[in-house]
Amino acid sequence: MSPAARLWLARALVWIGAATPLALLIERTLNGRLGANPIEFLERDLGDWSLRFLLLSLVLTPLRSLSGWTWPLRLRRTVGLWAYAYICLHFAVYIVFDLNILEPARALAQLAEDLVKRLYITVGFAAWLFLLPLAITSTDGWQRRLKRKWKTLHRLIYPAAVLGVLHYVWLVKKDLREPLLYAAILAVLLLWRWPWPKVRGAILRARPTPTAPASDQTLR
Amino acid sequence: MLIRVSPQHPIKPSEITPESVHADRRQFLARMGLAGAGLALAGCSDAKPPLPSGSAAAGPEAALPALDVKKKTEMAGNEKLTPYDDVTRYNNYYEFGTDKADPARNAGTLRTRPWTVAIDGECDAPGQLDLDTLIKPHALEERIYRLRCVEAWSMVIPWVGFPLADLLKRFKPNSRAKFVQFFSLADAAQMPMIKRGVLPYPYREGLRIDEAMHPLAFMVVGLYGKVLPNQNGAPIRLMTPWKYGFKSAKSIARIRFTETQPETTWNAIGAAEYGFYGNVNPEVDHPRWSQASERRLGELFRKPTLPFNGYPEVAPLYAGMDLRRYY
Repeated sequence: MSPAARLWLARALVWIGAATPLALLIERTLNGRLGANPIEFLERDLGDWSLRFLLLSLVLTPLRSLSGWTWPLRLRRTVGLWAYAYICLHFAVYIVFDLNILEPARALAQLAEDLVKRLYITVGFAAWLFLLPLAITSTDGWQRRLKRKWKTLHRLIYPAAVLGVLHYVWLVKKDLREPLLYAAILAVLLLWRWPWPKVRGAILRARPTPTAPASDQTLR
Repeated sequence: MLIRVSPQHPIKPSEITPESVHADRRQFLARMGLAGAGLALAGCSDAKPPLPSGSAAAGPEAALPALDVKKKTEMAGNEKLTPYDDVTRYNNYYEFGTDKADPARNAGTLRTRPWTVAIDGECDAPGQLDLDTLIKPHALEERIYRLRCVEAWSMVIPWVGFPLADLLKRFKPNSRAKFVQFFSLADAAQMPMIKRGVLPYPYREGLRIDEAMHPLAFMVVGLYGKVLPNQNGAPIRLMTPWKYGFKSAKSIARIRFTETQPETTWNAIGAAEYGFYGNVNPEVDHPRWSQASERRLGELFRKPTLPFNGYPEVAPLYAGMDLRRYY
């Protein structure tokens, strides 16, 4: 298989994997299988997948350095945009049903109140806002235009991920196991990026020498 | 009283599909291999699925015996009842798990017979009563109450039970009985999630004696005319409709009269978020979310929350109290 075909296949798999939870959610919605509190179910499920894809997008860089494969880097944009799509849907359910879009004036007042008074909504909204310019500038054109600044701008993913996890931790009533699992994974992913070359170098040297076939090397 | 008139149609009872088979129809279809891709795909999502309506997963309560209800009172402004399936599949009962669908899945291990309730503390006639002895002197009545959870969702439920005051008076509380404390059962053998220690157990709740003696305070042994399902707090639970749901202790094993304000579970672990009173109050927000509105299960949009959950008759209990301080 040519490198181009391989990359195409990897992207197709990401699309299928990322669209499946949404398809299942739509199937549940259409068949009335969202449980006693359907709006909450939609919000929770979309929120869960937002965080999962956000964390997955952060796994790809360490995966590349640990494995030596280059294809994970080529998938970051697709995974990141899917994460943002889930975040937008999650936010949309809140706007439409929690704030009640049928009464826009009151909804706006309620949004303002929520943003000021409810810290978990403040940080969730901030995460969405931080990721907005990233989604807009995700195209090749913007990447070329912004040159080095593009990389700096896209470091916003780190605070956005922290805020996203905090959003989850703060809305849970008591049982923190799940949000703390996300927090732990995020902590590992962020610590990996911490500038301590000695530690990272040691881990990378300790891994078995890559045995990837030659064709993988050409996949860039 | 309900008078049953036999229907005129010719279907004999023997021809009707037994409830258990009807409730099992999805599993039946699945076994027939007709459920198809829907079920196969469902395994891909690890979001916890709510139990499908009418599925056999929560089957046992379909066979719960009917109760002899002497009187029915509508006390929720004629609002639409929350369907039985939702009332029994969306529960907060942390002893059986913290997900709303967990109690319906896990509460089958709760043994509700034999069951004794211990009554002690500041009273002249304490004792250990077998559940049937405890219930027997009381005529069961149905009351339709609103239920407002502190998490800002709500239901309308036809409970079956009797006034709490009638029960408490039997034990002759003395002049030092200023409060009543309720203890839920805490048996790790029957309640698998107790070991996780999300809350300190046993679950404890409490009322001021005048709140407990208010005619709205209700001891519940059933819902929808049938025996209370385990996940809803069988065999006997409290219902104080003007307070957030956490005040209404489930599966009560002990009642104690006290002179000082007793410790209550949520208040003990988070006093800033859960007060001793727990009265429904749209003016006083939970520190992390608003209490001004609620999501009534079955409705798409939120609706305004009413003071005392729409039971203004309890307001005199709190005359002169700063309800922002005593939340």
